[in-house]
Amino acid sequence: MPTVIIGSAKDIVERCGVARFLFVDFPLGNPCGKPWDRAMQARIVKQALTLFKDITRPGTTCCSEEQWGTSIWKERYMEVTPANKAELAAKGEVLRIRRAQRTRRSS
Amino acid sequence: MTTSNDLTLANSGKASLPYIERSRQYYEAQGFTAHYQYAQFDEKPFAPLPKPLSNCTVGLVTTSSTYPREPLEPRRVDSGSTLFAPKTLFTADLSWDKDATHTDDIETYCPIESLQRLADQGMIGALSRRFHCAPTEYSHRATLQQDAPELLRRLREDEADVALLVPL
Repeated sequence: MPTVIIGSAKDIVERCGVARFLFVDFPLGNPCGKPWDRAMQARIVKQALTLFKDITRPGTTCCSEEQWGTSIWKERYMEVTPANKAELAAKGEVLRIRRAQRTRRSS
Repeated sequence: MTTSNDLTLANSGKASLPYIERSRQYYEAQGFTAHYQYAQFDEKPFAPLPKPLSNCTVGLVTTSSTYPREPLEPRRVDSGSTLFAPKTLFTADLSWDKDATHTDDIETYCPIESLQRLADQGMIGALSRRFHCAPTEYSHRATLQQDAPELLRRLREDEADVALLVPL
């Protein structure tokens, strides 16, 4: 079945290898446009649909020209800094303890 | 519009966020040493458009879900009606950018209204009667052998000609 993917994690989708890909350079969560911006959402979905016909070779990426507005999210998403390293290490420890408890309960 | 074939192009001169490397560093900082193996295939599936888009029924697949997914419970493919579209879907379990945005507007990740409007305008033949929810599994085997075939079965059951896939 012909497919088009609309997504924002360009490296992950391209690594996987898909038929047709519309890359929207937005924070993860809103690949079809900014919340409540119906005009932008319509443009993105419309562009994605044109790729069914326009892309003729597998593994082709098309980059949407829509803009999020700011790019600070690119620095902050899953950011590791000297300031949050201890907090992340503690969070990891809590996750491992919870996983171990779940494993014990389910075995 | 820029296109690339197996290339990584920047959008308007700005580099895209390297999620694979960023997540590796993030989980390393949490003390996890085994890195997640992202799916990677040499062969890319490709099916040409069988007929004009204006005659095609478009199926819609999202990674959100119609029910709250719990960490320990098995995940399954589920579906919802596009005729009586939900106002919201469950996304809390997914790794989207919870600091930069929100998912209160379903159209940002499951564009039922947008597709319905394009069907009314004649760009597509119709929107499929159901949308489908793909479970995001850490198991490649479960995705390949269980979830993907089930999604395809449901899309065909709906007589979809093409599928628009929207991962959050």
